[in-house]
Amino acid sequence: MNGLGAEIWQAVVVCFAAVFTNNILLTTFLGMCPFTSVSREVRTAAGLGGAVVFVMTFTCLLNWMAYHWILVPLGLEFFRFILFIIIIAAFVQVVEMILDRFSPRLYQNLGIFLPLITVNCAILGASLFMVIREYSLIVTIGYGFGSGLGWLLAILAMAGIRQRFSESRVPAGLQGPGITLIIAGLMALAFIGFTGVLS
Amino acid sequence: MKTASVKPMQEILRDGLWKDNPIFRQILGICSTLAVTNLVLNTFVMCTALTLVTALSCWTVSLLRNWTPRNIRMMVQTLIIAFYVIIVDVVLKAYWPDMNRSLGPYVGLIITNCIVMGRCEAFAGSNPPMSAFWDGFFNGLGYSAVLLVIAVIREGLGMGTFCGWPLPYFSTHWDKWIIMVMPPGGFFVLACVIWVCRSIRPREVKK
Repeated sequence: MNGLGAEIWQAVVVCFAAVFTNNILLTTFLGMCPFTSVSREVRTAAGLGGAVVFVMTFTCLLNWMAYHWILVPLGLEFFRFILFIIIIAAFVQVVEMILDRFSPRLYQNLGIFLPLITVNCAILGASLFMVIREYSLIVTIGYGFGSGLGWLLAILAMAGIRQRFSESRVPAGLQGPGITLIIAGLMALAFIGFTGVLS
Repeated sequence: MKTASVKPMQEILRDGLWKDNPIFRQILGICSTLAVTNLVLNTFVMCTALTLVTALSCWTVSLLRNWTPRNIRMMVQTLIIAFYVIIVDVVLKAYWPDMNRSLGPYVGLIITNCIVMGRCEAFAGSNPPMSAFWDGFFNGLGYSAVLLVIAVIREGLGMGTFCGWPLPYFSTHWDKWIIMVMPPGGFFVLACVIWVCRSIRPREVKK
């Protein structure tokens, strides 16, 4: 019981770290493409972010099981890239079908974002990090959820800032992606301030 | 035959390296590589891997384009890319384990790099194998050039070295600008590089 408690505590710590100090977007630059292109409006950013949280939590879990229960016993670890991609694509497809069948409204709101997620590097990146850092099953759940939440937080903040920014005069060469990257850099600086809060 | 293939070749080269450079034209594919630009050597290895994967998978996609059903082509392309990435990963692990460890998951992330996928989808799917190969190659090269510039700036300002060798001024009199090798530095330097390149370019684009 004590071991389980310690593991759950570790999952909480990892989850916190993934949201703030090791934010997957601001420290490892994963998921930049949708971050620069879909962060114009808070509402769409929230939709995409929510979908990322959901998909990332479950694909991390599924990939952990596939890796440790299928690939490791067979000695096929190098095969993980293909397996992870297939699992992510299949998971997204299934979620899409379920949503379409049972909750058409949610499907309409999230529908356009789901296919985008399959090629979101952050999703695959989280799964690969989870393998390299050798997390256990419970810690993986915390990690997947935390990474997704961190991504949501970053894109929401960015969309909010960019909406305020739309009136400002930005130098011609910096418009669009340039200024987005500078804001992201400032956000990353701010997030470094969280280092050492919980360890 | 030979003269017919020369001109497109020049165009492919120019588009890939400058006119349609994947980074400052389309802001694509920075995800998987920006993270390793704090060291020049890592960036160099990563960019070589990416250029090879892009060129070879474009060539393969183009080779198989007449036999690939349209509705599953994304899946086929992903599998082809993953195939080459696995080769790169295994080779790196066997001959240069230290580098493999310090690159971590980023080699695997080439699979979801938008450039590879984008070139396969936009160019290789409708062009003969050899020009698809060169298109992928030069796009990869254009991408690598920008990232290497970023890496040189970041490592020079942040640690005063180039590929680990101390630079004359920066290693002695320069106070190490640590932020440059940390993640925010990556964002700032990339933004500045895009700014400079876009300021030079608009005149060409408008005409």
